[in-house]
Amino acid sequence: MPIPSYDQMYHALAQRHGAELQEKFSAASVAVCGLGGLGSNIAIHLARAGIGTLHIIDFDCVDISNLNRQQYFPDQLGMPKSQALSGTLSRIAPYCRITAHNVKLNEVNVPQLLADSDIIIEAFDNAEAKAMLVNTVLESFPDKFLIAGSGMAGMGSANSIVTRKVTDHFFLCGDGVSDVSGDMGLVAPRVAVCAAHQAHMALRIIAGIHDV
Amino acid sequence: MVKVNGELSQADGLSVSALLEQLGYSQLRVAVELNEQIVPRSQYDSTTLSDGDTVEVVRFVGGG
Repeated sequence: MPIPSYDQMYHALAQRHGAELQEKFSAASVAVCGLGGLGSNIAIHLARAGIGTLHIIDFDCVDISNLNRQQYFPDQLGMPKSQALSGTLSRIAPYCRITAHNVKLNEVNVPQLLADSDIIIEAFDNAEAKAMLVNTVLESFPDKFLIAGSGMAGMGSANSIVTRKVTDHFFLCGDGVSDVSGDMGLVAPRVAVCAAHQAHMALRIIAGIHDV
Repeated sequence: MVKVNGELSQADGLSVSALLEQLGYSQLRVAVELNEQIVPRSQYDSTTLSDGDTVEVVRFVGGG
């Protein structure tokens, strides 16, 4: 069956979200940095909501150990995550402008790669990489909105995952403490709860709601 | 007194580096906001906290 036209899909979104909100979602540009358990879920949520432009960034390839929580398929093993997710997002939201970057973000390339996005979402797994991105974004782009994630490992209650407003432009989702350690891994639903917090905060900011 | 993560603390006169050491946090796993402004990592040693300052230390843990 042929896919719906742009107008048909936009109309369906506007019916669900309201015309005013959909106009804002469609005009927004969001960068998702890291496409693991957090980022793959976040990007899918944002694509479904009809965000107009998504920049998705990761340097890694899909591994069999990712399949317990990340939005990839066994037939995508070995593919760059940015490419694999780009394909999935295009099926969900064929008219979303997706830019996929297969690159490792660092202090040098962050200012150029993230300049076009209104909202930047930190979705790495390594604590030091998270801190690097947050510091670099807050220093380089004090006026952009930044939504980071910290603390979603293990089997703790999903209710302990929250969104916290650190400053006017910086939001932090997670329980803040649950680290990945030897026998304390990441399970799909708890990571997805944190991802949903981050994606929803992005939608709220785009809607003009800046509190938590 | 300095407000550190919402609680009053006698951190007056401490550098950001010294505060992080006192809290037991690695400089590589935090972001520090002083009065709503990010403190660049290169300035942790040279930035001194004063009476009335508000500091937010965000500590990152692994997983994603």
